[in-house]
Amino acid sequence: MADAVAERAYEPVIGLEIHVQLKTRTKMFCGCELSFGEDPNTRTCPVCLGHPGTLPVTNAEAVHFALMIGMALECELAPRSIFHRKNYFYPDLPKGYQISQYDVPLASGGRLGEIRIHRVHLEEDAAKLVHAGTSGRIHSAEASVVDFNRGGTPLVEIVTEPDVRSAAQAKEWLELLQATLRRLEVSDVRMEEGSLRCDANVSIRPAGEASLGTKTELKNMNSFRFLERGVNAEITRQEEIVRSGGEVVQETLHYDPATGVLSPLRSKEEAHDYRYLPEPDLVPLAPTEEMLARARAALPELPAGRAERLERELALPPDVAKLLAFRTELGDFYEATVSAGGPEGDPRAIANWVTGELLARLGDADPDPAQSKVEPASLAALVAMVREGAVAHSAAKEVLDTLVAEGGDPREIVESKGLARAGGDELVEVVERAMAAQADAVEKIRAGNDKAMGAIIGAVMRETKGRADGGEVQRLVRERLGDQPG
Amino acid sequence: MSQAVLELSAAQAAAQIRGGELAAEELFRVYRDRAAAEELGAFLWVAEEVPDAPADGPLQGVPVAVKDLFCVGDVPSAAGSRILEGYRPPYTATAVERLLLAGATVLGKTNMDEFAMGSSNENSGFGPVRNPWDETKVPGGSSGGSAAAVAAGLAPWAIGTDTGGSIRQPASLCGIVGMKPTYGAVSRYGMIAFASSLDQAGPLTRDVTDCALLLSHMVGADPCDCTSTGLPEDIRLPVAERLDGLRFGVPPELTGAGVDPGVKVVFDATVERIEQLGGSVEPVALPHAGHAIAAYYVIAPAEASANLARYDGVRFGPRAGHTDLLSLYEETREEGFGTEVKRRIMLGTYALSSGYYEAYYGRAQRVRTKIADDFRAAFERVDLIVTPTSPTVAFGLGERTEDPLAMYLSDALTVPMPLAGLPAISIPTGMSDGLPVGFQIAGPAFSENRILEAAHAIERAVGFDGAPPRG
Ligand SMILES: [Zn+2]
Repeated sequence: MADAVAERAYEPVIGLEIHVQLKTRTKMFCGCELSFGEDPNTRTCPVCLGHPGTLPVTNAEAVHFALMIGMALECELAPRSIFHRKNYFYPDLPKGYQISQYDVPLASGGRLGEIRIHRVHLEEDAAKLVHAGTSGRIHSAEASVVDFNRGGTPLVEIVTEPDVRSAAQAKEWLELLQATLRRLEVSDVRMEEGSLRCDANVSIRPAGEASLGTKTELKNMNSFRFLERGVNAEITRQEEIVRSGGEVVQETLHYDPATGVLSPLRSKEEAHDYRYLPEPDLVPLAPTEEMLARARAALPELPAGRAERLERELALPPDVAKLLAFRTELGDFYEATVSAGGPEGDPRAIANWVTGELLARLGDADPDPAQSKVEPASLAALVAMVREGAVAHSAAKEVLDTLVAEGGDPREIVESKGLARAGGDELVEVVERAMAAQADAVEKIRAGNDKAMGAIIGAVMRETKGRADGGEVQRLVRERLGDQPG
Repeated sequence: MSQAVLELSAAQAAAQIRGGELAAEELFRVYRDRAAAEELGAFLWVAEEVPDAPADGPLQGVPVAVKDLFCVGDVPSAAGSRILEGYRPPYTATAVERLLLAGATVLGKTNMDEFAMGSSNENSGFGPVRNPWDETKVPGGSSGGSAAAVAAGLAPWAIGTDTGGSIRQPASLCGIVGMKPTYGAVSRYGMIAFASSLDQAGPLTRDVTDCALLLSHMVGADPCDCTSTGLPEDIRLPVAERLDGLRFGVPPELTGAGVDPGVKVVFDATVERIEQLGGSVEPVALPHAGHAIAAYYVIAPAEASANLARYDGVRFGPRAGHTDLLSLYEETREEGFGTEVKRRIMLGTYALSSGYYEAYYGRAQRVRTKIADDFRAAFERVDLIVTPTSPTVAFGLGERTEDPLAMYLSDALTVPMPLAGLPAISIPTGMSDGLPVGFQIAGPAFSENRILEAAHAIERAVGFDGAPPRG
């Protein structure tokens, strides 16, 4: 029996809770501009400091962004959603409550990719606490200071259904969400900077069962890598507990990226009673037809849809389509190049050039090719020249080097640098010279060792400075050896 | 000269200043000197200097006493609480700002029950206020300082706030006029919050004309308060002398049991006067009004428990307990809040607790809806509803401090209107046991002008001689 438990297969059940800082001009409930590294407490006013008598006023731009998110995630939008006060004492919470949404969120019941969305709501961010001393935690700090610049930044909270089944899927889906939000231009969505934050609810159950196990909540996984590692660590921890006959305890766990260790943040017994109260200082959020129309009109084509379209219409492989769709600028440059290439162009070849050679030459983490010296029309022309055989692949790379460095017309570059494809009698002569010079390689080829072909091709390339086509060289060699092609 | 100035109503003083017959500085100095020397405990702070160059407006140069609940830039504003002792806000409340724009000047900050929680002004963190009609009596609350200051001629007029009766009840006990406008008529921005869904600012004045004049410069929608709506029409200075065609409703629920016989006599006489002036009077039912106090004492403390969470010693006000975070919170709040405030925070915290929310807060909100429905139905039959403002005249200092429930019942007749968001005025219409008796007129939402006209006609007919002996 014990063996049966030990050997049973378990299935993780994961739900994600994402906080997104909106990049509105001003804070959620006051007129302070958002802060990007300004001196502490310089982006504050009586409202976001919670001074007596002050009142919140909802930021219309934040509502607009939240509606766009709700629509992008295919949610149902509430005709009338309510703000609540979530009450608890902490120095980073100036009013003693956070204004959030509770039983009637702005949007609910949506989907992104294969994961269902439970709800989407608006709230305000807390201020930032800095603890002096070694522990980095408030209860053992020598002193703590509060920077209220971040306090009141608009946040959208997105909660998924527990549809995620692995840490890798969690990471991959969060990347899709990030790409989607980035495409909406509603947030910087940078995990390292805290503009995208993800908590995970993790439980396991015997594979194939429908009931849910006891879940734990994982916090502080501030990169995609840590999210995957943290969730994996927790799945392993829970499996070990269950296999050794124990029971998982519901708790909140803090992930330490340095050690990879999960430690309890607070147990359920200490859980807050937030005493939710409908916020009497705010009127219900009832989007008008005009607001909805404006949000709808602002929706661009989203990464998931774009990837599908690129696959379907341009016959790109899924991973290439996804790369182009998830990186908006790259995708835009790609599509501009395809359209510059006209009906004769080869979208797959262009995709390979854009995601391969071009990306490698632009450097940086996430470059925008539109900012480079390469014009879509130039790249389209270069790819066409390769396809037509006017320039060899290796020489074309050299042309691209020049395009990236200086820009210009690829035909002129080929002309001026003498990079036109070697062919005809010139190439035949070079091939025959190479075969004569490397008789042993020729022998090996004749004996069936195809690898030896490399030496001949290499010699030809050296002599032609890369202007020769490898396939053509091979054909000529075999022709000389009397082989039948194919 | 100063005695003659004191006899002027605020509207008269404003007219004389604009006509060049009276110097603004003189008017200010007369009241400033009286306010600085007063011994009722009505003021917590009095302006030292004559304000220079008030704005050119209809209220130019007329000083106003401001309840300590309103934030006034760089002026002590503590809402009657030790926890805000020495706090000088970095901004000014919209209602005060509007008065300053109309030319008024701030005379001083008036005493009040701490965070407006009280009906006798005995809950102030800075000592009680005495009733100028009889200094052994309370002035009512929570705007007790404002009411006493106006009644004693320490200020031409004052502003206060009303949550469950905090303008009307002290106006009644001090023999002056006090009005709570429709919820949303006046911006709450800068009013230190007690119960946000009920709090509303309004005037405390010597007569109905002053009341209309002061109110007319307070109302208006404010972008800083999204629950503010302003009024659909301007407040007019009332002129009515007759009540012909107006239908008045008398709710038995708010005029029978619990109302002191002496108060009832004055009330009945005023109702008779209404009929003499051409108004018709009929009984009208408010079946759920009897539950108003119970609902109010769940809703108001619930909102207060959240509103008062910000007084934690972190950002402003006095701070106690430096050893750790919990002691900072506990000791700051233990030392800073008075007994009644703590009682209501505990009540509200309990009412919102997980597992109790539905039974208390949820149910109270449903009662609130029923009360609003009652009024709606009643106002289909009558134009205005009248009741006594307070079940009793001013009671003795210390008389009810040991019995919170008896104190809460002081508001039984004034609480239903704010629960329904409705406007109501209290005007003095007689005396009982040597103390003034207030008469309350309530109307539908945004019926301020109708209420003021009716109050004006009754005021003229009654001819209440509204001044206690002035020192
Ligand atoms: Zn601010």
